[in-house]
Amino acid sequence: MGGVRDAAMHARIRPGEWVAMSGLLRTALYDLHLELGAKMVPFAGYEMPVQYGLGVMKEHLHCRVRAGLFDVSHMGQVSLRPKSGMVEHAAIALEHLVPVDLVGLKLGRQRYAMFTNDAGGILDDLMVARRCDDLFLVVNAACKAEDLAHLHAAIGCDCDIVELTDRALLALQGPEAAAVLETVAPGVSDMRFMDVAIIDTADGPLWVSRSGYTGEDGFEISVPAERAEALARQLLAHEAVEAIGLGARDSLRLEAGLCLYGHDIDTGTSPVEADLAWAIQKARRTGGAREGGFPGAARILAELATGAARQRVGLRPEGRAPMREGTALFAAETGGDPVGTVTSGGFGPSVGVPVSMAYVPVDLALEGAKLWGEVRGKRLPAEIVRLPFRPSTYKR
Amino acid sequence: MKFTEQHEWLRVEDDLVVVGITDHAAEQLGDVVFVDLPEEGTTVSKDDEVVVIESVKAASDILAPLDGEIVEVNQALTETPAKVNEDPTGDGWFFKMKIEDLSALDEFMDEAAYQAFID
Repeated sequence: MGGVRDAAMHARIRPGEWVAMSGLLRTALYDLHLELGAKMVPFAGYEMPVQYGLGVMKEHLHCRVRAGLFDVSHMGQVSLRPKSGMVEHAAIALEHLVPVDLVGLKLGRQRYAMFTNDAGGILDDLMVARRCDDLFLVVNAACKAEDLAHLHAAIGCDCDIVELTDRALLALQGPEAAAVLETVAPGVSDMRFMDVAIIDTADGPLWVSRSGYTGEDGFEISVPAERAEALARQLLAHEAVEAIGLGARDSLRLEAGLCLYGHDIDTGTSPVEADLAWAIQKARRTGGAREGGFPGAARILAELATGAARQRVGLRPEGRAPMREGTALFAAETGGDPVGTVTSGGFGPSVGVPVSMAYVPVDLALEGAKLWGEVRGKRLPAEIVRLPFRPSTYKR
Repeated sequence: MKFTEQHEWLRVEDDLVVVGITDHAAEQLGDVVFVDLPEEGTTVSKDDEVVVIESVKAASDILAPLDGEIVEVNQALTETPAKVNEDPTGDGWFFKMKIEDLSALDEFMDEAAYQAFID
């Protein structure tokens, strides 16, 4: 730390994701971000809005009570097209890389998934949607080059793997998202959480999924890049909608107990440790129709059966001091070695208190148990609590 | 009012130096959610970290601008840290310190110099 002037540099972005401002990519909404007064920062190779005029706190709260528009065009959009022409074959192929039941994924539905490695760690987390002719994947910006290489190497013989670089991705999240999007894309109100559909609009079709990463009801909308700005303006014209930056996106997903790749999950964490076992359906588990058959299956299936050594938990610091990423956790107020580490932490604007996520040994991972986090040399108490910190409002 | 390169303002009131952060610093920090204040009566040296401010974005610290003693802290910030954003140069002050010689303030920037410094 070095005084107030360095504050902006401490934004919750990993040092490895910072690159020189020159050579950064821009999304189709770059000019609109500047027009809206965004503060732009380098993120995963892109120049992205970290906040707009409202600031992180008000943007966060606005999204929870009305609706927020996010530019998530930096994320990778990938179409997996089976060479046989049968989507079933793309699903079978992709099941070799993820522990998720994709054969059982119905047309027009989407599932959360993760690419695993041979050690049972997580290479990236992603969304997979089943459509008529392909599987549509949305992957993290920082991982997309590696993900594409991984897909080509592993299943390139079964599928054409096409990165859709000519499309933007917007997210509209919050309690008024459905009513607002309905005015542009009639029919979206009838979709359920994790439904995907191609919706015809006056300006052409939109690829819509009823999902997001804020814990709110809402939508992600894939749109041809040349139509993205017009669509964003149409949505922002509604009084209910404000543009929301990456800063509030982070605090929203943290309150919702959702993992951020590179922080809460990475190659060193297994899906079971990360408390993501819910994403591994019966068909891929021991005794299932297509048991195993994904990288790291031996470890992951063993952990599903007998539990992992450590687990991701929610942590509620007792006072008002946030316990941020990297905070060491102890089982006692004095002495002993660290038992765990905070992987995400900050202030939760909607819950009004600091909140963190951390990995701790399973014998300590009990709701209500007390741990101590070392903040600036002092051990401060914190309680293990159930995730999410704020109940999600998905339309199931 | 005087200003430091760490974006603090210093104001003399009743022979004490009142310290806070500037409008510019408060804006850069973003919404303040927690302020860790020193104990009243603490003796500090110039550049000691005396206050920690946590905003929605990050943690930052406030350095003691001079050698002296912290004689009063703004307890209201413990419950209402948002005062730092609402009124950084008024209700959002952090602490008052007693220093040996108030003429030590002369070394700091005046408002015009500070404006030039941040522009």
